[in-house]
Amino acid sequence: MLADKDRIFTNLYGWGDAGLKGAQARGDWDNTKAILARGHDDIVEEIKTSGLRGRGGAGFPTGLKWSFMPKEVGLRPHYLVVNADESEPGTCKDRDIIRHEPHKLVEGCLVAGFAMRAHAAYIYIRGEFFNEGKVLQAAIDDAYDAGLLGKNAAGSGWDFDVYLQRGAGAYICGEETALIESLEGKKGQPRLKPPFPAGVGLYGCPTTVNNVESIAVAPTIMRRGGAWFAGLGKENNTGTKLFCISGHVNKPCNVEEEMGVPLKELIEKHAGGVRGGWDNLLAIIPGGSSTPLMPKDVCETMTMDFDALRNAGTGLGTAGIIVMDKSTDIVRAIARLSYFYKHESCGQCTPCREGTGWMWRMMDRMVRGEAEIHEIETLEQITRQVEGHTICALGDAAAWPIQGLIKHFRPEIERRIMAHQAVTNAAE
Amino acid sequence: MSIQTLIAEEQPEHFAFDKASEKEIKKAISKYPEGRQASAVKSLLYIAQKQNDNWIPVKAIEEIAKRLDMAEMRVLEVASFYSMFNLKPVGKYYLQACGTTPCMLRGSDDVMRCIKDKLDISSGETSACGKFSLLEVECLGACVNAPILQVNDDFYEDLDYQATKDLLEALEADSPPDVGSVMGRQGSEAEGGATTLKAAKRSGKKK
Repeated sequence: MLADKDRIFTNLYGWGDAGLKGAQARGDWDNTKAILARGHDDIVEEIKTSGLRGRGGAGFPTGLKWSFMPKEVGLRPHYLVVNADESEPGTCKDRDIIRHEPHKLVEGCLVAGFAMRAHAAYIYIRGEFFNEGKVLQAAIDDAYDAGLLGKNAAGSGWDFDVYLQRGAGAYICGEETALIESLEGKKGQPRLKPPFPAGVGLYGCPTTVNNVESIAVAPTIMRRGGAWFAGLGKENNTGTKLFCISGHVNKPCNVEEEMGVPLKELIEKHAGGVRGGWDNLLAIIPGGSSTPLMPKDVCETMTMDFDALRNAGTGLGTAGIIVMDKSTDIVRAIARLSYFYKHESCGQCTPCREGTGWMWRMMDRMVRGEAEIHEIETLEQITRQVEGHTICALGDAAAWPIQGLIKHFRPEIERRIMAHQAVTNAAE
Repeated sequence: MSIQTLIAEEQPEHFAFDKASEKEIKKAISKYPEGRQASAVKSLLYIAQKQNDNWIPVKAIEEIAKRLDMAEMRVLEVASFYSMFNLKPVGKYYLQACGTTPCMLRGSDDVMRCIKDKLDISSGETSACGKFSLLEVECLGACVNAPILQVNDDFYEDLDYQATKDLLEALEADSPPDVGSVMGRQGSEAEGGATTLKAAKRSGKKK
């Protein structure tokens, strides 16, 4: 188990003061000037050394992403955009950072923004996080008052502004280009890539979009060193990570653990175990709703990191772990996700707009068994026709949970269909 | 289908931002570079909604378009795309119940059933007394404190049938209880005490 001394988010649960004084007592804003004095490229190198991979779901190396920003600032200013539009079902970690450790995020904006030669950061927070947004805005205001932001931020000689914008209820705005569109005052509909945001992003300027957690850990990595972070976790899957354990466990919770922690240990040590004991486990969705579920036998030895989960045909995603015990109506649980994606499709690409509705309607019938056996194949085919045929990954995200269900729980779907047919036949 | 996709038939003839709103508007627009004031459109929609009892009339959309130098259609497009803008009146207590899988696994069906039993409304409806509106919403991002019911801007967490009933009764009496976990959890720590950060001092129990 990760030792408390290696935890980054020491106020994760909000026991201490989230304000500037409390944050400073925990080490935030400690000589930030010295970090910035190391120079833009040195910061990027340190983050590369740490092996930090993006915490928003895709797991792209953060240092490398920062290095894609132009080395010279031309006519167009650079922007850092922080994705605080946390809405992946099963995920609630950024909320804790925002409400309990807001200064880690604000300081991270300065460090990351400076590294990519930006003078401004926009934090895009989901609209539902109204109270969390108030805490964050207060942290930003306090940082300005203390001279940590604004002209000559933290005495570094670098001017830096941080602005907060509220979203208004659209899951799709968690996709980076949809988020940029939304920031510009439009509907949140993803853009085609290329061009990538590092070339043409917010207002057509070079932009990097990072998840809250990726940015909030940056100052600590700079202070304790990339090597420290890289020494935690596993090779290529380094550092600590916030895990959200929800669903059928005795004590749902968020916890910071090492990357590569065994799933079973994580659930038993921190979340009080599966309801009714480990043997009562049916399946787990390991990284937010988009990642395919794993049946119990796969969960048994699984470790929570990008590579192990990818090799098992699923993913670490946001590390939002959704646990389902044997009482779960597994078909309904996945059908409800299909409804979610149907509801959240932005409507831009036909395969997604039509496909998510189609998949949900079929899934809805599968819940009650009102289908023919061969339709399972049809449903599987539809998921393949949506997957990979849309501008953004929402189409993929809608397809994967159904694919996981069919792969691991086909007999259950068939059983329902046959049961329903038996009832209908008897009635005739 | 749902509340926010419909525009109210009865519309006020006028809409003007009040003094407090004007101050907010100025602040919102100042966040963006010159010529990029359209970025403030969601902020202005929120400001209008707040001023106008939690819904946005068409006249406000026209006014916002003027302020931000946008086509009216573009503002309406934004107002109708995002689920948190109400284009028709909602009750004083706008209940947004999360029904996505993590909440479903923890009993959001019971929360919905309680609301139905108590207020006789389904998603998209307003109660006969006019005080409550309900919308089933998608993941609210507080899954380890599921199930969640959002009331206006506040989250009520760790609910069950009885706790929902108590909450609705308190709202009926216009005395909303403390927001957050109804079980007394301070945040996202495990019930009964966290397994980590033991050395950290608790600053004090939740009220």
